[in-house]
Amino acid sequence: MQMLADVTTPEIEDVEAIISAKDVSVFYGDKQALNNVNLDIPANQITSLIGPSGCGKSTFLRCLNRMNDTVFGCRVEGNITLDGQDIYAPEVDEVLLRARVGMVFQKPNPFPKSIYDNVAYGPRIHGLTRDKDELDEVVLTSLEKAGLLKEVKDRLNATGTGLSGGQQQRLCIARALAVQPDIILMDEPCSALDPIATARIEELIEELRENYTIIIVTHSMQQAARISQKTAFFHMGEIVEVGDTEQLFTNPRDDRTQGYITGRFG
Amino acid sequence: MSFLPLVLVLLAMCTFGYWYGSRRAMAQTDSSVRRVAVRPHQFGLYVAIWGLVPPVFLIVLWGLFQEFGSSLGPALFDQIRTIVFPVVTLLVAAGGLYVSIQKINPALKVRKTIETAVYGVLILASTLSVLTTVGIVFSLLFETIQFFDKVPLSEFFLGLEWSPQTALRADQVGSSGAFGAIPLFAGTMLITLIAMMVAVPLGLFSAVYMTEYATDRFRAIVKPILEILAGIPTVVYGFFAALTVGVFFRDVGSAIGLDVVSESALAAGVVMGMMIIPFISSLSDDIIMAVPQSLRDGSYGLGATRSETVMKVILPAALPGIVGAVLLAVSRAIGETMIVVMAAGFAANLTANPLEAVTTVTVQIVGLLVGDQEFDSAKTLAAFALALVLFVITLSLNVIALIVVRKYREKYD
Repeated sequence: MQMLADVTTPEIEDVEAIISAKDVSVFYGDKQALNNVNLDIPANQITSLIGPSGCGKSTFLRCLNRMNDTVFGCRVEGNITLDGQDIYAPEVDEVLLRARVGMVFQKPNPFPKSIYDNVAYGPRIHGLTRDKDELDEVVLTSLEKAGLLKEVKDRLNATGTGLSGGQQQRLCIARALAVQPDIILMDEPCSALDPIATARIEELIEELRENYTIIIVTHSMQQAARISQKTAFFHMGEIVEVGDTEQLFTNPRDDRTQGYITGRFG
Repeated sequence: MSFLPLVLVLLAMCTFGYWYGSRRAMAQTDSSVRRVAVRPHQFGLYVAIWGLVPPVFLIVLWGLFQEFGSSLGPALFDQIRTIVFPVVTLLVAAGGLYVSIQKINPALKVRKTIETAVYGVLILASTLSVLTTVGIVFSLLFETIQFFDKVPLSEFFLGLEWSPQTALRADQVGSSGAFGAIPLFAGTMLITLIAMMVAVPLGLFSAVYMTEYATDRFRAIVKPILEILAGIPTVVYGFFAALTVGVFFRDVGSAIGLDVVSESALAAGVVMGMMIIPFISSLSDDIIMAVPQSLRDGSYGLGATRSETVMKVILPAALPGIVGAVLLAVSRAIGETMIVVMAAGFAANLTANPLEAVTTVTVQIVGLLVGDQEFDSAKTLAAFALALVLFVITLSLNVIALIVVRKYREKYD
């Protein structure tokens, strides 16, 4: 917290932190992937995590919905709270946590099912809707919010894997939205897409910001600069610098940040 | 000269050709240093190929035309066989060696010749295995046609009674023979059905456990143990079925007031199912592993539990492949012989009751051909007809399975 207090800009301090990570360390077997990471995620903003490959930014992201639990031999230490509640507390059901903290992956991964069934998957397993009409409603609004409805409304029964890469990724976002999460984690959501599809997704992320808190891992510093309000720079399993995006990119405090954003390493 | 010494002499000549060719080439490469593309031993191989291929071709021709040769009269044929043929063969070999040794020079495209020879050997190997299959089918086909000269098609395919004993003497009573194959195929289907009811759930569930739940270390230990089941000879399963499982079912049956014969379809089917478990589990294991991790992540990321992910994402995605695996297992079960010979018996009952004794196609084939038989009686020929029908059934199952599996493979590539 000490470190955070030093670097956070006044603009961000105004916003309440929805997620707060304190001294988080992650180990894969004997290998330490994260070392004492502290980060506050402001609500209804876009926070981007940048850094060279293997710096731990994806690992940190996967701590926030306990996806690391599914990795054998992975151990998480420290404290992560969501709305003040410790998400690693024994009484927390990680299945319900993941419904609140949605995730979109690097490679679009629609299920080999119809477009409709892809979006309806979450509501069905969580029993969010009472009848077919309600489910239809949820599916359509989710597709609408993900900006995909216009393109697919005539072929909701077509298979989701038949869409283009960018459409598949928006389908995955729609699928995440259908569970009505508060927070959406995005792990390099545009890295498998062409520039036009990337622009669509970025536009969509900015629209979603109104209703959701978004945390995005990205390799593209331009992307981080374009869409996020807050940026954290990871290096060798630690957070080197975190702050207001504009400040971090124009006036970094740390030499390593300076080096990374100007392309001297990474 | 008989065949074996002829072959030995041939091999010796080619070994010499190899050695001499290598040496000669070595001597030549010394004098022309700039040619290093072909190594001496490849010249040796070149010579050996020329020494071996023409005589082998001759030997094969000889084998094919032996029957024609015997029509020339025994004395003449014997002379050709013992003197003319070996001499001609060895002369051809020597000629091949001589010509190829003469041709050795650094500019010779030796590697191309070796490549052609390798190509030829590979083609030959695959052709032989295909021809074997064709040969088996034809031998079945001819005997089957003979069988249907004696027994009408309608009796075989529609008859409900199977008792293949034919009369030894004309005045014998009640042994005219009945060749209705329906009880046999019904028995086969019953036992296969029981086997699949045991093997599919157990095999599939163990594959799901191994791929989705077990830790890597557990998997590394238990998977090979499961596969040991596949290495047990079927005859061992056979007496396990006959002496342990059959008796156990009979005792349990009598304890609860059911009449179970000790050679029941149930015992044979259950043990056959146990035999097939590793078959299904290791095939499904591979298929489930091939479902991309990203689909699992996607499902977990939406808050699905492990079993929801398995039921709603992984198994549907893997289903075509699993169906293919099950079909392969079915054809395995239909063709299985030893377990049913030992555990199910020979009584051709037409029944759907698994507690009674039934018999299968394979068991009857064994029964028909064991012991001294005349090879033109309807009884013996019936075995070929049964085998052909069985072959057609398992072949079509395999073809369907392969098509299904291939279709599934395209999906993730």
